[in-house]
Amino acid sequence: MTAVPAGPAAVTPGAGEPLLSARGVSVSFPVGSPLTARIRHEERLLRAVDGVDLELRRGEALALVGESGSGKSTLAQALAGLLRADRGEIRFDGRLLQASRSRADRRRIQMVFQDPYSSLNPRLTVGGMLRELLRVHHVVPRSQVGAFSAELLGLVGLAEADLSAYPRQFSGGQRQRVAIARALALRPDVLVADEPVSALDVSVQATILNLLRDLRNDLGLTLLLISHNLAVVRHLCDRVAVMYLGRIVEVARTEEIFSAPRHPYTRGLLAAIPRLTESAADDRTPAIAGDPPSPLRIPTGCRFRTRCPLAQPRCQEEDPALAVSPDGGGHLAACHFAFTPAVALNDAEHGDLS
Amino acid sequence: MGTETILEVRDLHVRIASRRGIVRAVDGVSFEVPRGGALGVVGESGSGKSMTLRAILGVLPPEARVTSGQILLDGVDLVQLRSSEVNRLRGPKMSMIFQEPMSALNPVMRIGRQIAEGPQVHLGYSRARAAERALELMRRVGIPDPERRFRAYPHEFSGGMRQRVMIAIALSCDPEIILCDEPTTALDVTIQDQILRLLTRLCRESGVSLVFVTHDLPVVAQVCQDIAVMYGGQLVERGEVREVLLDPRHPYTLGLVRSAPDFEYVRDALVPIPGSPPSLVSPPPGCRFHPRCDFAEDDCRVSQTPLRLLPGGRATACLHYERCLDAIAADRGRP
Repeated sequence: MTAVPAGPAAVTPGAGEPLLSARGVSVSFPVGSPLTARIRHEERLLRAVDGVDLELRRGEALALVGESGSGKSTLAQALAGLLRADRGEIRFDGRLLQASRSRADRRRIQMVFQDPYSSLNPRLTVGGMLRELLRVHHVVPRSQVGAFSAELLGLVGLAEADLSAYPRQFSGGQRQRVAIARALALRPDVLVADEPVSALDVSVQATILNLLRDLRNDLGLTLLLISHNLAVVRHLCDRVAVMYLGRIVEVARTEEIFSAPRHPYTRGLLAAIPRLTESAADDRTPAIAGDPPSPLRIPTGCRFRTRCPLAQPRCQEEDPALAVSPDGGGHLAACHFAFTPAVALNDAEHGDLS
Repeated sequence: MGTETILEVRDLHVRIASRRGIVRAVDGVSFEVPRGGALGVVGESGSGKSMTLRAILGVLPPEARVTSGQILLDGVDLVQLRSSEVNRLRGPKMSMIFQEPMSALNPVMRIGRQIAEGPQVHLGYSRARAAERALELMRRVGIPDPERRFRAYPHEFSGGMRQRVMIAIALSCDPEIILCDEPTTALDVTIQDQILRLLTRLCRESGVSLVFVTHDLPVVAQVCQDIAVMYGGQLVERGEVREVLLDPRHPYTLGLVRSAPDFEYVRDALVPIPGSPPSLVSPPPGCRFHPRCDFAEDDCRVSQTPLRLLPGGRATACLHYERCLDAIAADRGRP
């Protein structure tokens, strides 16, 4: 499966220059009724993404993880051009992308969504769906549309005969394959996958994860994977970015996130994952207490301080910036105590600071 | 606590009438739950795990019914009871927690009154005494500021807090067993962690037994001592939870464990289970898993495969379960 040239050839993951980058990106939504907004002469804004810097390097697979409401899907949709960022800039290959993107720019970044039951048009056959796309975007000459569609299906492990089938004739896993074929039809450079396996059964998840991994290797795709499942992330990605309440709080290579997480939120998130070898009856206190605060009432200072076992008075006043590790490894974390020696951190955790 | 059994399901069959024919959703399932114990029932969508749970609770959809078998709750066969009699047991004897608390709660009734309703109806508490009971339960399940939250409505609560309310309602009439259907699937992993710990602690404190239906294997390991694995409407493996998950004796269990991206170690490629689940209208003859099984032999295609007991109290439906041992040994041998 080599015939679909998706952008340039594969590059060593993680080593490439930034392909897609966000600088100071914010996305807000108005909340409350328009009437109260007019009476009060002000609009209440929910800032789902709040000043995010992120780099996606050519050829890498980057994961975006966090709880629901952390803004990970919103950020992904802003990067893909489906939502408009109200602040900041998004660059592709060094070039600033305009708020309303040209057709060519939209082609470069394609998305796969969580629910393959609602993201495919039920009234179009798979072939019809691909035909429409290929014609609108002039991906291949008209005479080759059929052959190219068949090739796309082959790429995602479906048969040519499936071109004449409707989405309802497929199982969940097969529909997700169709959704991936549709995304690949435009020969994108970047594939943004938003929880691509969350709606699928475990045994089917594996086939889709393996497919994404193969496609990335064979086509040199750059992958942005949004997932709440850290095991999935570990299986597929080179780097991980952790989001909390609209901010990125930690970015590091995958092994480092799992072996030496620096932000207390990342540590809690990892500790909360249920494991086969452990029981909830072991009388450990929950990894992270409480619910995340409402994005309409973001805490002052560090946003995580209300749930943080390490919180100090300083955290209430100073908003920690996403700082780079002094060891030069490129590990980023937004915590005042992220890069203090581990010993000190352990002491603090054992003390009663909450 | 003893070895006494609180719930025993014997050879349960549930059929559903559909346009395509009779769906054998549950086909000869047997298991028991010891008093104070917790049993996890796992399987993929369509394996019959939720139908089994609904049959026990007496809340099957209208087109489904129990065609044979027994459900003995504390010695009483629920299948023989009228639905009004089962209704009276739901609350004081058995209660339930579902996946989506928003659809299980009444959106126009105050939280406190919803928790107090059970004790008022089933235990004959006065309105004031039931309210006191509700406040006490809200404190026990960790709802902050219960006096104020008593008067709140479900939409004012977060997903995790709603699930705490569901737990309070489930405990409100001091049941002997709680049946849970994917209670943490809709929650974030941090909130799931809180809820699982809460549930485990409360059950231990009050000696309540649990049946916990989920598709998430590590979650079962968190909460349950025993596990039952369902495939195509039947039980295929049963035993102590960590023994079964770390050392499976049925190729389907093995397939589930191998296909899940595991947190403890990264494998080169995940091994999916080939094919798709069987039709329950016309299931394959012999072992229902044989069309997808690497170990299948001729005998698997013809003979029925009931659960057989293995040494150590485990049971498997596989005729060639020894092959799992070799496969696991091979997996472990790899770096």
